[in-house]
Amino acid sequence: MSFDQSDVEKIAHLARLAVPDEEAKKLSGDLSRILDLVAQMEQVDTSAVEPMAHPLHMTQRLREDRVTEENQRELYQSIAPATENGLYLVPKVIE
Amino acid sequence: MMHDKTIMELAAGLQAREFSSVELTQHFLDRIGAVDGDLNSFITITPELALEEARAADARIAAGEAGPMTGIPIAHKDIYCTSGVKTSCGSRMLDGFTAPYDAHVVSKLRDAGAVMLGKTNMDEFAMGSTNESSFYGPVKNPWDRDRVPGGSSGGSAAAVAARLCAAATGTDTGGSIRQPASHCGITGLKPTYGRVSRYGMIAYASSLDQGGPMAKTAEDAAILLQVMAGFDQRDSTCSETPVPDYSASLNDSIEGLKIGLPGEYFDAGLDDGVRKSVEEAVELYKSLGAEVREISLPSTGLAVASYYVVAPAECSSNLSRYDGVRFGHRCEHPKDLEDLYKRSRSEGFGAEVKRRIMIGTYVLSAGYYDAFYLKAQKIRHLISDDFRKAFTEVDVIMGPASPTTAVALGEMADDPVSMYLSDVYTVMTNMAGLPGISIPVAPVAGLPVGLQITGNYFDEARLLNIAHRFQQNSDWHKKMPEGV
Repeated sequence: MSFDQSDVEKIAHLARLAVPDEEAKKLSGDLSRILDLVAQMEQVDTSAVEPMAHPLHMTQRLREDRVTEENQRELYQSIAPATENGLYLVPKVIE
Repeated sequence: MMHDKTIMELAAGLQAREFSSVELTQHFLDRIGAVDGDLNSFITITPELALEEARAADARIAAGEAGPMTGIPIAHKDIYCTSGVKTSCGSRMLDGFTAPYDAHVVSKLRDAGAVMLGKTNMDEFAMGSTNESSFYGPVKNPWDRDRVPGGSSGGSAAAVAARLCAAATGTDTGGSIRQPASHCGITGLKPTYGRVSRYGMIAYASSLDQGGPMAKTAEDAAILLQVMAGFDQRDSTCSETPVPDYSASLNDSIEGLKIGLPGEYFDAGLDDGVRKSVEEAVELYKSLGAEVREISLPSTGLAVASYYVVAPAECSSNLSRYDGVRFGHRCEHPKDLEDLYKRSRSEGFGAEVKRRIMIGTYVLSAGYYDAFYLKAQKIRHLISDDFRKAFTEVDVIMGPASPTTAVALGEMADDPVSMYLSDVYTVMTNMAGLPGISIPVAPVAGLPVGLQITGNYFDEARLLNIAHRFQQNSDWHKKMPEGV
């Protein structure tokens, strides 16, 4: 399977990664080779097989619907790159 | 030498006041200082905290309130969050990150009185099989410093092998405990999916990740697992299955044990020396009364392909949280929000992590889901059925943990596909969610070899028993690398 530079750009944007042009070429080669490996999956017919989402076929455990977490905003925001008045700061989104 | 003793022996020495936990801790800290500059198995060393915990452990021992882990110096893989101590996950993304809380495993071991010496090096976000993807540089294999220790828990494996800590924690998503244990000549156990809580264990691929112990012996791994395992409501995938006494059954007879050898694990890709060592180990089991039969796991050839869809897909989802906003690396002077996301992530993540995020994003993107992720989940079912069928015929499955001994540093650095292919024997176990252990068997050209034993769901006690019986009848696990 071949993955060209425009595919790399498209996927990089979806993944919110910036890939400089000089890296894009090597990356497209690496990704093509990985997808060739992945293509081995086509060797087997799985039309009658159910997908397995959980190794033990467990379903999500449910708990009682009540508040269990304490508010620890200050603690969790103490490790943020930029906050003000309890809010996370990002570049201006709305003019 | 104190550092060469097992946890059992150290606990007895502490109880008998032959040495204190402070003395023991200082001894390991001195060893780290002397050896680790070259080995690079630790990212962070926490001497003050360790000595403080050691003093508390000595007080507990004096008060007669000690358990087997009380006062024992260990190390945590740097994937486990440690409150107030840097938790980097081997990544520039988290280079400045101090976790606001402890992982479940960390708090359980601390409550048991274990002393934390520091945090061990690892492949970035646990993605890698050689430990070379770490932002903090590769770890060297203590048996041959021109070789890799394996990965991703390579720092933990190297530190235990070089006797820089009594034991360590690791995590295993596709072999990351068993393969470095194999390459470094130690005992490493990946428990059943859900056996150990993942609260505070930084996520890579959530349907596969599992934490476990890395130690010198199966006996020590049993003591560690006893503390680590058990239900924790903070991890919604954690199992409520009761935890047995892992030490109680270590000495059980293995007379009549049925061992399955999958033909697919001994095919042309296996190094001849490794094959011979594994076959010798199986012979030892026969002499202990085990029966051996050939089995087949027909989906083995599809394991790597399907793993490298499932794991990257889940990684791309899990790692989307690193956006430069709430924690982790943030780029300088972002011109807008998209630039903030893209540059923070591109500067924070290394090449292997980016490759996996890209693959994962691609296979989950519109129009490709059925062809890749769904297909891989179906193959996962086939893998799981292979094991289910095998376990109706045999009790455990044995084979190599890795097709070769440790490769040279740099040998696979530029070739992700050949690195992925080397995971063939270990990823099968994760895809099925089964427990597996690697124990040292006869080395090849001075390099350790691991025998992998895979068990049925929640059969950790039996794996430890079988591993222990081997170690009672061999001394490979007692070998220590020279020059450390």
